[in-house]
Amino acid sequence: MTIQDMVRILQARVLIGHEKLDTPVYTACCSDLMSDVLAFVDEKTVLITGLTNPHVVRTSEMLDLKCLVFVRGKVPSDDILESAEEQGLVVITTKATAFSACGMLYAEGLRGVPVPLEWNTEDDA
Amino acid sequence: MNALMTNTYPVTAADYTSAGRASADIKRKLKQLGVSGDVLRRVAVASYEVELNLVIHSLGGELSLSVYPDRVQLVSSDVGPGIPDLSLAMREGWSTANDEARSLGFGAGMGLPNMKRNADDFDIQSEVGKGTVITMGFRLA
Ligand SMILES: Nc1ncnc2c1ncn2[C@@H]1O[C@H](COP(=O)(O)OP(=O)(O)OP(=O)(O)O)[C@@H](O)[C@H]1O
Ligand SMILES: [Mg+2]
Repeated sequence: MTIQDMVRILQARVLIGHEKLDTPVYTACCSDLMSDVLAFVDEKTVLITGLTNPHVVRTSEMLDLKCLVFVRGKVPSDDILESAEEQGLVVITTKATAFSACGMLYAEGLRGVPVPLEWNTEDDA
Repeated sequence: MNALMTNTYPVTAADYTSAGRASADIKRKLKQLGVSGDVLRRVAVASYEVELNLVIHSLGGELSLSVYPDRVQLVSSDVGPGIPDLSLAMREGWSTANDEARSLGFGAGMGLPNMKRNADDFDIQSEVGKGTVITMGFRLA
């Protein structure tokens, strides 16, 4: 799907990046823990989050993410949006909760990012 | 080999607002030099993690970037407090981050292992009461 499809599915409002809505997206991750996003994401993906501090945008910049989705209707402050605009990020906001937003996008074909985790099989014993 | 470029960024302890500026600049500079793709992303992530650690855990320090024709080097050094148990600090999930850092989405104890994973070579030296020095190298294709 494209970011435009995400906007439709989530009945979202586009805050930044109107000109880039035709960008294709295949995967997403949902987290409020930037440490985990930095550790587990290694592709240009979508971040769904309820956290609206400057580090969400910084983390997106470091990882070259395509789109930030704020849930529960959150809108970050203008200076945060400005820095998102500078780096060419698309930012949208939806009234849906994180759980619902993920469910709706998954149902339409968006998938999670692969997590390179190996279970320690001894833990299963 | 002579460095094509070097730059040093002072990093202030507990300055959560500015945290990440050095890494953003490092990423920009490397991009201008033609570094791209996977290497650029790995340097950016490791740089951001190490810069955040300077802000969150150290008493202040600096991050320096050196670019050579075949590699990028990042060195973080700080003036304390040092890490008492390095093997514990390197373990995923171990963190002494304060509430402020946690409220910003950090403090999962993932930073050091993530730096090690992203860098082609990683070295950490620390002495309690003196400080911590982390050296990371990244091969350019
Ligand atoms: N420069 C430093 N000076 C002093 N202690 C440090 C420094 N860097 C890391 N540490 C210690 O090592 C621990 C682990 O660091 P690491 O980066 O892996 O996790 P974190 O910063 O606590 O959380 P995260 O990186 O996931 O946000 C820290 O909690 C801290 O106790
Ligand atoms: Mg850290």
